[in-house]
Amino acid sequence: MGITWIWLGVIVLVPFAGLLLKTASGGWGHFWQSVTDPRVVASYKISFGISFLAALVNGVFGVITAWVLARYQFPGRRLLDAMTDLPFALPTAVAGIALTALYSPNEWIGQFFTPFGIKISFTQLGIFIALTFIGLPFVVRTVQPVILDLSADVEEAAACLGANRWQTFWRVILPGLFPSILTGVTLAYGRAVGEYGSVVFIAGNLPFKTEITPLLIITKLEQYDYTGAAALGFVMLLASFVIVLVSNGLQSWDARRRGVA
Amino acid sequence: MAGVTTALPVRAVTRPARRATTESALVRWTLIAIVVAFFGIFLFLPLVVVFQEAFSKGVAAYFNAFQNKATQHAIWLTLLVSAITVPLNTLFGMAAAWAITRFNFRGKSLLTSLIDLPLWVSPVIGGLIYVLLYGRQGWLGPWLAEHDIRIIFAVPGIVLATTFVTFPFVARTLVPLMQAQGQAEEEAAATLGANGFQIFIRITLPKIKWGLLYGVILCNARAMGEFGAVSVVSGHIRNRTNTMPLNVEILYNEYEFAPAFAVASLLALLALLTLFLKTFAEWQAARQLNTTTTTQ
Repeated sequence: MGITWIWLGVIVLVPFAGLLLKTASGGWGHFWQSVTDPRVVASYKISFGISFLAALVNGVFGVITAWVLARYQFPGRRLLDAMTDLPFALPTAVAGIALTALYSPNEWIGQFFTPFGIKISFTQLGIFIALTFIGLPFVVRTVQPVILDLSADVEEAAACLGANRWQTFWRVILPGLFPSILTGVTLAYGRAVGEYGSVVFIAGNLPFKTEITPLLIITKLEQYDYTGAAALGFVMLLASFVIVLVSNGLQSWDARRRGVA
Repeated sequence: MAGVTTALPVRAVTRPARRATTESALVRWTLIAIVVAFFGIFLFLPLVVVFQEAFSKGVAAYFNAFQNKATQHAIWLTLLVSAITVPLNTLFGMAAAWAITRFNFRGKSLLTSLIDLPLWVSPVIGGLIYVLLYGRQGWLGPWLAEHDIRIIFAVPGIVLATTFVTFPFVARTLVPLMQAQGQAEEEAAATLGANGFQIFIRITLPKIKWGLLYGVILCNARAMGEFGAVSVVSGHIRNRTNTMPLNVEILYNEYEFAPAFAVASLLALLALLTLFLKTFAEWQAARQLNTTTTTQ
């Protein structure tokens, strides 16, 4: 137990105390100026906004994927199941250059969009693709066990009472899954907000257009604006903290509802 | 956050779907087709493109990419960093899981949340905190400079940042497993006169070995592939502080696409191997859990 606390202290507690002190050392004026700079505010909109859209899309496809993997037997199911964690196992830099290559104007997928004047790499659409990629496992892995846990009786009861399959899904199954879907989406959102590696390649990193907040932290560090970087880090930390609180709240709500807690 | 990907899913055996409670074949196959298409575009194609680009200049060029001194150094450094961080975090993870599941103490939930912290914090912040602490303008910067110790823009910084990012994995995997297994056997061993160390080596370790392996695999994958946190503390000095993922970035930004993808393909192979081992360990752990809980 001693080992645990010492390790945590060295690796986590002391450095985070350093972050807070550094943020404070710049003074309130500098802090406010750093976090409300128009370029920074634009990056919040991009980071938090696009992450939100990506998390929503993951919500929809994640539920379908979890359902198919949990309920259906088909050739290749195990392969798909194992592949679900790829975005988690694949180093983000590799994902970043691979996605950029795929979606560039003359490449594999990009070429189909070029005739329509749609550019994906180096636009906000590219950021969206990268964030969807990395968030995928979160929804699937939160919802899948809940689907496996559903008891068959409620569905049978619904069928006996004359509900068709769609009604059963919509009225009986989905309400049961809803908390876990929300949790999964929140987790995917949290991951997307902080994501750096896979985004910097595909984003193009134009100020006000495709510049994410984590990148701005690095830019500030490179300009030796340590207090500015600390201030942005503090804001992101606060945002993650809120996301975790929401996610934990949802999880305990879910546990209570299912009567597991 | 990792509840999802790191917690060991202990699954029930899928039972065959019954007639009245399954969808029509049309709906079923449409849904399967959607998932297969989605996976094809989102997961398989990026993998394929990595290897296609890596071999775009031919097989000889592919292997030539690894003759590069900077690339070789990056591979060596990545192996070194994970050889340091993975054992440390395995030790820590076991200690933490042991403390959390076996004792009741004040601040336990705080400890659990702190362990999860790196999973929900941006990796960039993981790097930032060490720069603020050890960097030239950081709190310990002047003292370190006086004693000529370099942490930031040097290997120790990379090790620290990697340790930060990877330390939850082993603990997060072991806690639910050890909770599910209970400690009846340990108590039996204690009454028979075994000391703590004997109990750990003879009873606990064999019980958790597959779960442990699972955690170590995830920890290692993340340690070798970490980009954001390492990129902040490394300073990108070639032949000195470049890890494989950073080397991919540098080559890519210099329009050396084929070599960049060649290095990336090694990392992609590592990811595939990770997924394979992980699935295997997951399967073994579930089996082991089933046998231990039924014999109790």
